[in-house]
Amino acid sequence: MEETQSKFMQKSSKRKIEQFGRTISFICIAFIVLIVLSILYFVISKGVSTFTTDGVSVIDFLFGDIWRPGEVGENGEPLVGALPMILGSFFVTLLSALLATPFSIAAAIYMVEISPKAGKKILQPVIELLVGIPSVVYGFIGLTVVVPFIRSIFGGTGFGILSATIVLFVMILPTVTSMAVDALKSVPRHYREASLAMGGTRWQTIYKVVLRAATPGLLTAVVFGMARAFGEALAVQMVIGNAAMVPTDLITPASTLTSILTMSMGNTVMGTLENNVLWSLATILLVMALFFNILTRWIGKKGAMK
Amino acid sequence: MKFKKFRALLVVMASLVLTACGEVVDEESITAVGSSALQPLVEAAGEQYSAENLGKFINVQGGGSGTGLSQIAAGAVDIGNSDIFAEESDGIDASKLVDHRVAVVGITPIVTPGTGVTNVTLEELQGIFTGEITNWKELGGKDLPITVLNRSSGSGTRATFEKWVLEEGMKSVVSQEQESSGTVRQIVANTPGTISYVAFSYVNDDVETLSINGIEPTNENVNSNDWIIWSYEHMYTNGEPTGLTKDFMDYMLSDEIQDNLIGALGYIPIKNMEVERDAEGNTSPVENPE
Repeated sequence: MEETQSKFMQKSSKRKIEQFGRTISFICIAFIVLIVLSILYFVISKGVSTFTTDGVSVIDFLFGDIWRPGEVGENGEPLVGALPMILGSFFVTLLSALLATPFSIAAAIYMVEISPKAGKKILQPVIELLVGIPSVVYGFIGLTVVVPFIRSIFGGTGFGILSATIVLFVMILPTVTSMAVDALKSVPRHYREASLAMGGTRWQTIYKVVLRAATPGLLTAVVFGMARAFGEALAVQMVIGNAAMVPTDLITPASTLTSILTMSMGNTVMGTLENNVLWSLATILLVMALFFNILTRWIGKKGAMK
Repeated sequence: MKFKKFRALLVVMASLVLTACGEVVDEESITAVGSSALQPLVEAAGEQYSAENLGKFINVQGGGSGTGLSQIAAGAVDIGNSDIFAEESDGIDASKLVDHRVAVVGITPIVTPGTGVTNVTLEELQGIFTGEITNWKELGGKDLPITVLNRSSGSGTRATFEKWVLEEGMKSVVSQEQESSGTVRQIVANTPGTISYVAFSYVNDDVETLSINGIEPTNENVNSNDWIIWSYEHMYTNGEPTGLTKDFMDYMLSDEIQDNLIGALGYIPIKNMEVERDAEGNTSPVENPE
């Protein structure tokens, strides 16, 4: 009797293993959350000190168009207007996404709907290969091929938003394509069958049913591509020219948040305004990353076909 | 000789493996961080030093002069490499840092071949970098727009160039910027009409140097201070160096490094300098130039 009772009262070995596993996964998750929170805290606290300790006004920082950290303007305020970089970042991001989206969706349709065999055998490996190429290689190709090409067509130096857009286009193409493929694949087979059964042509099925049902997934893919383009530093830095000027056209040198960050970080001294203002740029990047993240979730929730 | 050393190293390594925890050699390492212009020299010297002193390692990292100065001031590393004086840098308490000048680098303007200009006056150079002169035609060259390419603001090379070329109150034109001298050289070589500046060691046949007021950018002209755009390469320690750090600093200043490695890597040995400069830029003749 007692033996039976104690058997029921004690934890079984399987239960113990279960608990052990739970504890381990909880620790891992807590660790990840802790890392994310500390990064957030570190970047934001550093970024905010531009405004608190150095007394730069947020408006001047976000909308000022002169970027000369370390120098002061006529009114005695430091010249740390980040508008040229913010605009540069947005332009290259939007343009490259605009350019990449049609290509990616077309490629995805071909791979899923039109020729799944060739898609799996040829296109899939090619795209995976593109994902694996390090960004410095893209940047180097951009510097030696794209920039001279732009220069020979449009004149000028060849450095600028257009070159950066072309390089980023190639870089985000695989990301957007493979996510678009997943989105199209997740459209249930019976949607297609229903459309075909009702007399829809292949084109009508793709256009009216598959693409419509996959819209949230496709949008998520595009936003993901934009997030990657926004955060890309090295390749952009090599081809955009890094001139902190408000972009007036696509073929004069411009700059992005990331390119100015990577260029200046090592040359500034911790705790000075020059350094703090770079952290403020990093904060903008972080906020944008969060924004893209929330946007993809929101699209996934709102856009689902009911 | 080399082979013997290699064998000795193998024996040491094997014994390390065999004895697991038993230490055969006292392993010791120091870290030097900072200036990317100085990095190749310290790396090469560090490797040579480690080869001669088993078990002593010199870790060398780049990161820029600002990083070097702030890390050494914070005491996070053993040596902070910098192209500029600690006194010139905001936010650095220079009083605790001890300056070791290990070499000199000269910096020269470089242009894309084919501008038709080989000599400029200092005023013309100022005009180019402040954006007043925008075409090579104005300097007697071809009808070709001038593209100014700067290093990123705060880089040691740029700081030195602007300090000696631009006058008080002059503002450099907003221009393209690049992070490294290697990229600068490549862009200048390929983009017609571009002007920038690099250390002497980065000059090659793909780019042309400019003389200033008829003076050519040569080591001899730097030694005599006729060519004024040069800077010291500093290795800062936090307080007087001790132990391995002191040993290594002595090694950097030894004849072995100064006579061979420094010249081979395109730097200028300190002892060849006929003048001396302080942080404010005042020059005075060296007492006994060798």
